[in-house]
Amino acid sequence: MKFSNVMSNTGEWLRSEGPHHQIVISSRVRLARNLRNRAFPGWAKKAERTAVLELVKPCVEKLPEMQDSFSEFLQDLSALEKQVLVERHLISREHAAKSSGSAVIMNRRQTLSIMINEEDHLRMQSMRSGLQLKQAFKLLDKIDTALEAELEFAYDQKLGYLTACPTNVGTGMRASAMLHLPGLVLSELINQVVQAVSKIGLAVRGFYGEGTEAMGNLFQISNQTTLGEKEDEIITRLTKVIETIIQKEHDARHILIQKKPNTLWDQIGRAYGVLTYAHAMSSKEALNLLSIIKLGIDLGAFPEDKRLAIDELFIDTQPAHLQRSSQQKLTAEERDHLRAQIIRTRLKVLPKPDISKLAKEAGNGSSSEPTE
Amino acid sequence: MLCDVCKCNDATVFLTQIIEGKMQKVNLCDVCSKEKGVQDPTGFALADLLLGIGAAEEIEKGAATTQKCPVCGFTQPDFKKTGRLGCSSCYATFTEALNALLKAMHKGTSHVGKVPQRAHRAVELSDRMRNLNESLQKAVAEENYETAASLRDQIKQLESESTRVGP
Repeated sequence: MKFSNVMSNTGEWLRSEGPHHQIVISSRVRLARNLRNRAFPGWAKKAERTAVLELVKPCVEKLPEMQDSFSEFLQDLSALEKQVLVERHLISREHAAKSSGSAVIMNRRQTLSIMINEEDHLRMQSMRSGLQLKQAFKLLDKIDTALEAELEFAYDQKLGYLTACPTNVGTGMRASAMLHLPGLVLSELINQVVQAVSKIGLAVRGFYGEGTEAMGNLFQISNQTTLGEKEDEIITRLTKVIETIIQKEHDARHILIQKKPNTLWDQIGRAYGVLTYAHAMSSKEALNLLSIIKLGIDLGAFPEDKRLAIDELFIDTQPAHLQRSSQQKLTAEERDHLRAQIIRTRLKVLPKPDISKLAKEAGNGSSSEPTE
Repeated sequence: MLCDVCKCNDATVFLTQIIEGKMQKVNLCDVCSKEKGVQDPTGFALADLLLGIGAAEEIEKGAATTQKCPVCGFTQPDFKKTGRLGCSSCYATFTEALNALLKAMHKGTSHVGKVPQRAHRAVELSDRMRNLNESLQKAVAEENYETAASLRDQIKQLESESTRVGP
């Protein structure tokens, strides 16, 4: 499969289809595996890394799930192509920084991606739309079992799977979900949720993982520990916490409609106004405003059939995606213009916000915000 | 007070976080705190930052001898620098220093999750080996040499099998 095919297909996990898709954008599970008695990629000499790559890559390509896959050595991808893959969450930022001695293999549906010689010899991840951590793990587990028949993984009876970083030792599994939580952010409850979640050994991160800012009201929640707990226990625990957060988000939205309908309509109206009329927009501003439009769709202010168009903009307005759609190298300023232009064009199909449904719901409540 | 990360600038950011009842403190200078994203009000990287620094401290304690991994040549100072290990054998080499660290980092100290098929077979083989050895000793003690000879042959065969499977 060619890179252009990757570009023309939206990843299946990006389509709002799975359970709880209004709030859970995607679920992903990754497993870290290493070969026994071989230096980890960060410590290995180039020749050792290449030897591991040559051993592992054919085994991965042979998997039935990887028929018609996209398989490339990192040195054969341009900086821009790597960045596009990062923006689609198909490879990590760390992996994008790699060159010779590393590779990425992903399936056509972009639901399965395997990095070779990232921090560990193998980083395998499976992505699903909505809340489907169990299903994502099931696929990965199968692939792991198929690979271990051919490759001897570093495993210790006490410590489990051995990884380059001790934070991943044991299951080598990180399960995470990307949550869209505008209700909790607007009602200023998000910090409480973040704190509660970190207290029970789970991590909350921004849009692009570790150390990144929360943009577009998007939050990644994942397990922090990997040793002393079974894979399915971790997933069940995480799923339960996520279900609680989903409920909290629904509650927060309901209270906003009841108590602060004007604030909500103002946010939606402004987001619509700026997105449809602005001529320059940073990616952060775009994400934040698109998030409000997405909330508007959830609440019935915009038609449901425009959801995909909005979801696609989340990814298509990212810097590398914009750069790829243009023929020449763009400056940051030019990117901001192009971003605004693309959004204006795509939003032509989006009718003005219709708050009648919202107003009706607010009217059923006992109290409402006084108008100034 | 000096910054825990660069150890050269004065610390200006002081962080305390309680995770599952364990308190961890980190002191950072302006530059390092920005670099680690600590000043981002959301502060999501904090837990990792804490784990990373805690890791360095734990390792330092055990670093009286400069042990070297026999397989990959990795040393404890290397771990302090990168926060990553050199190869899977490093876990056995630096087991003492790592134990305290893993205990602080994870829910438990023993893996209870998936076991690869190979490891299943290895456990099975080692169990069988132990049984055979016990029987052999018993046979020798009872001067039952015919049985002992047959047991020795079985042990030899098992040994050749287990070298193919690996530990």
